[in-house]
Amino acid sequence: MTEETLHITLKVWRQDGPDERGRFETYDAPNVGTDMSFLEMLDVVNENLNDDGKEPIAFESDCREGICGTCDLMIDGKAHGPEKGTATCQLHMRKYSDGDTIVIEPFRAASFPIIKDLAVNRSALDAIVMAGGYISVNTGAAPDANLIPVPKEAADQAFDAAACIGCGACVAACPNSAAQLFTSAKIQHMNLLPQGQAERWMRTEAMVETMEMFFGSCTNHGECHDACPKEIPLDLIAWTNRDYIKSKNKNRKLAGQKG
Amino acid sequence: MTDYDVLIVGGGAAGLSAARAARWEGATVALVSDAPLGGDCTFTGCVPSKSLIEASRQGLDFADAIGRLGKEAIAAKYGNLFDMYERITGEDPYSSPMRIYPATHYTMGGLWVDYELQSNLPGLFCVGEANFSDHGANRLGASALMQGLADGYFVLPYTIGNYLADQLGDAPMSTDEPAFAGVEAEVQDRTNRWLATKGTKSVDYYHRELGKLVWNYIGMERDANGLEKAISEIPALKAEFYKNVRVLGDGESLNQSLEKAGRVADFFELAELKARDSLAREESCGGHFRVEHQDAEGEAKRDDENFQHVAAWEWNGEDAVQTRHQEELEFNYVKPSTRSYK
Repeated sequence: MTEETLHITLKVWRQDGPDERGRFETYDAPNVGTDMSFLEMLDVVNENLNDDGKEPIAFESDCREGICGTCDLMIDGKAHGPEKGTATCQLHMRKYSDGDTIVIEPFRAASFPIIKDLAVNRSALDAIVMAGGYISVNTGAAPDANLIPVPKEAADQAFDAAACIGCGACVAACPNSAAQLFTSAKIQHMNLLPQGQAERWMRTEAMVETMEMFFGSCTNHGECHDACPKEIPLDLIAWTNRDYIKSKNKNRKLAGQKG
Repeated sequence: MTDYDVLIVGGGAAGLSAARAARWEGATVALVSDAPLGGDCTFTGCVPSKSLIEASRQGLDFADAIGRLGKEAIAAKYGNLFDMYERITGEDPYSSPMRIYPATHYTMGGLWVDYELQSNLPGLFCVGEANFSDHGANRLGASALMQGLADGYFVLPYTIGNYLADQLGDAPMSTDEPAFAGVEAEVQDRTNRWLATKGTKSVDYYHRELGKLVWNYIGMERDANGLEKAISEIPALKAEFYKNVRVLGDGESLNQSLEKAGRVADFFELAELKARDSLAREESCGGHFRVEHQDAEGEAKRDDENFQHVAAWEWNGEDAVQTRHQEELEFNYVKPSTRSYK
């Protein structure tokens, strides 16, 4: 594939700090190669800003391989931009045409306060995982491989859930800023496996209720699945709702057995 | 039906090593594998070897495998990898050969640690890829993952406890100690220095220039000339970086250029150390291919006589050359042998 050059206009949200007033600024990007990733295009824009004595645009990124979940941008109103099942870092400029104008904003949600420009604070997602997104068994000595048989179907479903990179696109895309898809993925990748059963009900109740403290409620729009760079299945939310209802009884029954 | 002493199922990295070790001890071995010998990493993963350089010249072509096993079987195995490749390159790896290149791949080394995984700074434990212990000289077949799990699950839970046990009953250290104030002032000073430099080139510019030196002279394939060139050019670029970098903004809020400046400063030191270490190691081994040391077929030629050791470099301050220390490696049970990918 041969590389072409595009002339792109960017409208970028700039905001100096969490409590400052933000505004859109327009930047000209005259020499964008089609083999560049979206973030590499921003790198070039930033270097030119720096050369002109203007502060570069703050935006987050780390692995740039679509697995760390930090490259959170609203691109033309869509979380992670126009390409389905693709995080911003894996979006390439060959998806755009010469003369395009691209609007770039931070992820929008009250529970993701803006740190600066396009960088937001997503620690509310960490709070959900800290409430129960782990298995607290004492691992002891190394077990033999395949000591606990896992059916292929369960392993596959758990893997689909585990593909969540925790970027928060589901929250940004949701009209209610709900975090159901994220929370369900983080619950179900363990609830679906034998190793996750011991703490299944405690985990579900704690994680769902922590989620409710920060985020809006799900009204089944499905925008989350559409925006998700890992295409996490929507039915995980149904599984989680079922587990949550069950957890209310099970946890009280377990509490009664403790005495 | 023939009798064998040992039956090994699976011809991946572990299976092949086990087979070799068993043969070494004189056992007869049968190895059963449903896939080409070498394991996933050899064919699609992170094998830092000359074979990849050759493959990159021709492109990694899956046409044979697809013809033999069908597209679906290949997709089930490598689908996510292929999707990722297509997203990045805009080319379909099912129909056109993959263009691959053995890039500079991790540092293949890290902080020196003892058997408790404690560094030479008491109380600073270093685990996984960040230490030198298990994958220092080589990093074949996901050994980084293995090390991360082993260090985290099985070593640290015991050794950190050992360290902390001696301090039971001690009062927590106060941050009023002069050492804290000293370090804080040092960091503040460094931050202010970046902001006050007000040069003409961005941090990214210097990162890229340094990257070019590393790419050209300290890649997987390296020779003495290139390494010496790197050792002379890196400090010059570093000096220019300190004099001419432009970091805008302040040190009070999120400032990514400032963060990067600190990191690129570290990269300069690391790149120079890598060049020195590669120059001192007069052999080829794993991810370190010295052009001067290869056999008639172009494969890596090790020198176990002189280099069966860990080289640990002692930090002597920012602008001083580090001191090389040697720790001999002893192999009592499994003897090192030459690995061939042919």
